[in-house]
Order: sequence, then structure tokens, then C-alpha cells
Amino acid sequence: MSSEFYHSVHLDVDLCMGCINCIKRCPTQAIRVQNSKARIIKEFCIDCGECIRICPHHAKTATYDSLDVLKDFEYTVALPAPSLYAQFNHLDDVNIVLSALRLLGFDDVYEVSAAAEMISEMSRNHIKENPDSKPFISTACPSVVRLIRVRFPNLIDHLLPFVAPIDLAALMARKKAVQLTGLNPDQIGIIFISPCPAKVTACKEPLGSETSNIDAVVAIKEVYPRLLPLMKTVCENPDTNAISGRIGVGWGGSGGEAAGLLTDSYLAADGIENVIRVLEDLEDQKFTDLDFIELNACNGGCVGGVLCVENPYVAQAKLKKLCRYLPISRNHIGKEILSGALLDKKIEYEPVYRLGSNLSESIAMMAKIDELCKKFPGLDCGFCGAPTCRALAEDIARGAAVESDCVPLFRKSMKNLSEIISLSNRKEE
Amino acid sequence: MTDEIVLEYHVSGDDFTRAGEASSDIKDKLKKIGLSPEKIRKVVIAIYEGEINMVIHAHGGRITVTVSENEITMVLADKGPGIKDIELAMQEGYSTAPDNVRSLGFGAGMGLPNMKKYTDEMDIQSQPGTGTTVTMKVRL
Repeated sequence: MSSEFYHSVHLDVDLCMGCINCIKRCPTQAIRVQNSKARIIKEFCIDCGECIRICPHHAKTATYDSLDVLKDFEYTVALPAPSLYAQFNHLDDVNIVLSALRLLGFDDVYEVSAAAEMISEMSRNHIKENPDSKPFISTACPSVVRLIRVRFPNLIDHLLPFVAPIDLAALMARKKAVQLTGLNPDQIGIIFISPCPAKVTACKEPLGSETSNIDAVVAIKEVYPRLLPLMKTVCENPDTNAISGRIGVGWGGSGGEAAGLLTDSYLAADGIENVIRVLEDLEDQKFTDLDFIELNACNGGCVGGVLCVENPYVAQAKLKKLCRYLPISRNHIGKEILSGALLDKKIEYEPVYRLGSNLSESIAMMAKIDELCKKFPGLDCGFCGAPTCRALAEDIARGAAVESDCVPLFRKSMKNLSEIISLSNRKEE
Repeated sequence: MTDEIVLEYHVSGDDFTRAGEASSDIKDKLKKIGLSPEKIRKVVIAIYEGEINMVIHAHGGRITVTVSENEITMVLADKGPGIKDIELAMQEGYSTAPDNVRSLGFGAGMGLPNMKKYTDEMDIQSQPGTGTTVTMKVRL
């Protein structure tokens, strides 16, 4: 494997019981159970968080920073994702959340939704100016981008050339903080309040840019309980910090980014299995006449992230209600293309699923896999620790498993052996 | 060392909702073999079009794909009604697909032309009443 992938999904070995729930649920077949413990294959994992959701023993966890990280900086700026707003009951003013974040210890706040509105405007212009490259695929969900990068090489050119809103927001927030305080950029902590672990990975190992402007990522679920009492104290008279409208805040739910493009010619799919189906069909050119494809790995969009508190569909309804009296958009950049919004590194195909190092080796391995599959019972029982018989056969071809890992096959050979032994015993008698 | 691999698929003609399954499996395997994305795209589109044709016109058939280091050979054989006029069938926009499949977005008359466009060689053997065999090659 040519590159090391960083991941924010981790296994707590003590809690893992070695059951097969996660290997069955993983959409990229990235987990194996070996020696009664799950193991994540780094190259295949896209940080979608499905295993965190499904693990009955809570052995899969997301890594993120604690709020103690605020102490590491002279000046801190909170970057709340729009999905944060969707967590609260009866919230009718975003300023209440933003003011409470200041009370929590942040020196300033910068809404990710503001940057999202700028990305929306740039995307509208870009799609209009490049009709021949349609359909464009959103780059907002890092899991989807990673999935495309490892599995759908033909679609890489369809990705919008822009960074995700959080990356632009981080850049703008730091610039603003430097201007305001006169501090060195590295004395300023840009801290994202995130709905999902994939964003943690995207900060540690940004796609399409050299370095990330995000210094730390804290989880919505960590911030949420601390914000509630603070929101009560500020709700009468919050500061007015909110700088985004309906288009920006709408990005928090599935279909929100597409709505900001002001076109009917789009598709918005959410939930990783659905996303994969759409990408397969898109790759096979089963539909080509759409302007835009919005894809979110989580059900309901970012509000469905594993670091959120609220049920994603309830959260979507709350978001809709919150948006009702917001202006359409509060960020207008015209025809300008913000340089910080452009991907400065090409997203490259990472053929992690390739079997051998060259064609003839791969062909030989594929032949071996087919041979093994004929031998296996085809039950996809998961006892071997691989999600399917075929996955086990591939592991064997790659040298990561052995034939006797197949429990039904092993049992059959034991039975044969015991029959042979008893037969020879009888003969001796 | 095995220098080629043969992938075989039975295409059911009775269930339209299963059409495209063979090409999707082939795509998955070719990615694992490590063909370049452009070659995979060509092969998969050619097979997909052929597979759909088999389901719409020929009550299914067999797909055999042979992958070697130098080329991919695809043979799509059916025992359907055959093609009366191959030259006419090769024209873009010519279609004999029934209305029920047109309503799903098929039958635009681009199947055979696309198969030719995306492959390096294509040969059609067809006898009205006995069936059609399409052989295509993509050089690697």
C-alpha cells in the first residue's frame, strides 16, 4: 500500500467481544475479526462511522479532542457546524448558541455555514461555466470523497474543485483572528465543533490540500450538555454574531447543499449504502444529465453524524424550522473565486483494492480466489472473521488468512478425518 | 502461474430488475485485478449494454469474459430471435425495444453502437431464429 491512511475510528480492544456485527455492517469490508478481536484494515476504512453505530459493546470509538484543548492557545475561535444548531429544542435564534459558545470559553465564533454560503455561490458559478463536465459531485463529506478516491477512480474528475466549508471557514476564521488580535497565527486555536469522526480524519490528513487550518476537533455530543445551561443564561439577550442565512445553515441536512445551488437538476443521496449505489450507477453512466450530485455518508446528512445527539430526522425538522425566518443568504462574493476555497492538490486514485503488484500477478491471485470460492460453502457466516466467503478468499490470496480459517470447511475436514480413523480402527479390529 | 482468468455469468431473461448484475460484478473484479480506470469503464459499458440487450431481446444468455495480460475478450451469447439486419441494428437510434422497457429509459438505439465505440474489436454472428453471439475485445 502506497500511503498510510490516518483514521479517527478506533477499537477499544478490551471492550471488543469478537462478534461479527461490525464486519457485516462495514460498507467497504474493512474489518476482520482475528483472535477474537476486530481489526480495522486502514487502507479500506473510509471513516463512515457505521461500525461505531452498530457495535453492541461500544468497542468502536471516534477520536476527537477534549475541550481542554482551549488551554493550548492564546486565543480560540469555535467553528460550529450547522448540524450543531439542529440539536436543540425550540431554538429560534442561532445567536443563542454562538453566545453560549463564548461563555463556554471560546474568544470568538465563526460559523461554518457562512463559508458554506460562499462555497454554494462559487459552485453555482462553476457549474454554470462548465456545463460539459457535469454532473458535479459534492466534496463536503470526507467519507464520500475517500470512497470515491479508493473505489470510483472514473468519478474523481467530477468532484467539485472546492474544499469543504469547514476548511474555508478555518482559513477565514484564522485570518480574522490575526487581524483582530495581532497574534501570530499559531497562537490562535481554530476549533471545529464536529458532527462526525470523518472530519477529524480530514483535519489530520486533509484531502486536496497540503495542510489543514483546523487545530482541533471537538464533538458536538461533548459540547452539547455544557451549552444547554449556558444557553439558558444568554437566551434573553444574546450577542448578534450570526452571519449566515438559510442556504448556509441548510447544509447541515441532506439536500441542503443542493438547495443552495438553486437548480432542480440534482440528486441528493444519504446513508452510505445508498451513496454507493448512486456512485455505481453514476460510474456506469446510467444517468448523466444532472447538474449536481450531493452525497452524505450519514443518514439525513451531517445531522446524522455519530457525534451528534439528536435523531437525524428530528434534527432535520428542527433545522428546517430554524431556517424559516432566516434570510436566504448573508454571504455574497459575486464572481470571485476565493483562493482558499480551491483544492490545491489533485485528488489521486488510491487503488487499495488492487490484488497484485502487476497485472499477471493479479490475474493469478484472482484465479486462486475463484478456486477457493468454489471450495467454500458460500454461507457468508463470518465465523472466519471475514464478512463473506469471497472476502476470506481474497485475504488468503493476499496472505492475510489461511484456508483452515473457514470453520464449516474445517469442521467438514475434521469429520472426514474422524470417519477415516474410526474406519481404520474397525479394520484393525 | 495462471496467465488468464475466465469469468462466466448466466444472464436471466425473466427478471428485468436483475439486469446489470453481471457487469457490476465484472467491474468489481476488474478493479481488484488493477486494470486502469479507463479500460474498466470501456469494458463495463460494453458489457452492460450487451447484458441489457440480452435481457430485453433474447430472454437472457451467457457472458464469458476472459482476462489476460494483453486483452479482455467478452463473448455474449444468446439463443434469442437473432438480428435480421445487423447493419441497420448498428445505426445509432435504431431500436426494436418494446414500449415497456423504453419507459425505463432503455431502447434509445445506442446499445450496439456503444458496444462498438467502447471496444477495440467487435464481431456479431447472428442467425434469425437461433440466436446471436457478440464477441468484443479491449486491448490492454
